[in-house]
Amino acid sequence: MIQTLAFYLFAVLVIASGTFTILARNPVHSVLWLIMAFFNAAGLMVIVGAEFIAMLLVIVYVGAVAVLFLFVVMMLDIDFAELRAGFMKNFPLGIAIALVLLAELVLGVGAYKAGALKLGTPDGSATPPLGESNIEAIGALLYGKYLFLFESAGIILLVAMIGAIVLTHRGARAPRGQQSISKQIARKPSEATVNTKPEVGQGVQL
Amino acid sequence: MIGIEHYVIVSSVLFVLGVLGIFLNRKNVIIILMAIELILLAVNINLVAFSAFLGDLTGQVFAMFVLTVAAGEAAIGLAILVIYFRGRGTIAVDSVDHLKG
Repeated sequence: MIQTLAFYLFAVLVIASGTFTILARNPVHSVLWLIMAFFNAAGLMVIVGAEFIAMLLVIVYVGAVAVLFLFVVMMLDIDFAELRAGFMKNFPLGIAIALVLLAELVLGVGAYKAGALKLGTPDGSATPPLGESNIEAIGALLYGKYLFLFESAGIILLVAMIGAIVLTHRGARAPRGQQSISKQIARKPSEATVNTKPEVGQGVQL
Repeated sequence: MIGIEHYVIVSSVLFVLGVLGIFLNRKNVIIILMAIELILLAVNINLVAFSAFLGDLTGQVFAMFVLTVAAGEAAIGLAILVIYFRGRGTIAVDSVDHLKG
């Protein structure tokens, strides 16, 4: 019963957050709604018993991707005076979202304790899970049957990291006004200046 | 009773929202990238739901790979966005085709 309740809460909120993500005028609000959508999707995954993917979703998406988005949004042209203006105006919305998140946490933990949702009966064609818990089974699968795929995922991440660095790296700026002290000391007056007595009508030979 | 249909409906609504977001915000690249993330999230929900439905963990391993590719795609896309902003001073995508001639 609590699973059904949790499912409907998570489902409604993930769809609502997705809608606000694409409709929000301010890109910062868009990113925050996207984070909300990811949290609710993680909740949806927890209640079918896929804890590992749910945790990965929170860590990777909320921890890395959404913060990356937020960083880029902040770096670009946003009017911050306008953003700071409506603190009291946004206060009720903030409280409402905090209460919704609290309810979600309570419901999510409750639904998880009540056991995973059974979506249907397996037809027996699947590979049987190799461990006690979801994480153990995924670990056995990931480091066994799908080891090369796992390593290729690592290579994809490496390529993405190198690509992002190469694209945005500007290189060290050429140093300005750098003096070579040994060259300065080694210079003698006899090399630098010369006395000449040019004849009238002739120039100086340099 | 929640069945696989409920999950498929949620993920298809999310997918449609992502596609809609791409077409609604044609000027703002950041929101387009976020809409792509929404689409990939819908795919992930689908994979996990069917993995639970069939009792086969391969779907969850697949969802992890989708997550990897999504993270890489976001990093590269935002890097391209940053160098585009550096060069042009704006992120409006309707002038991206200025190399077309």
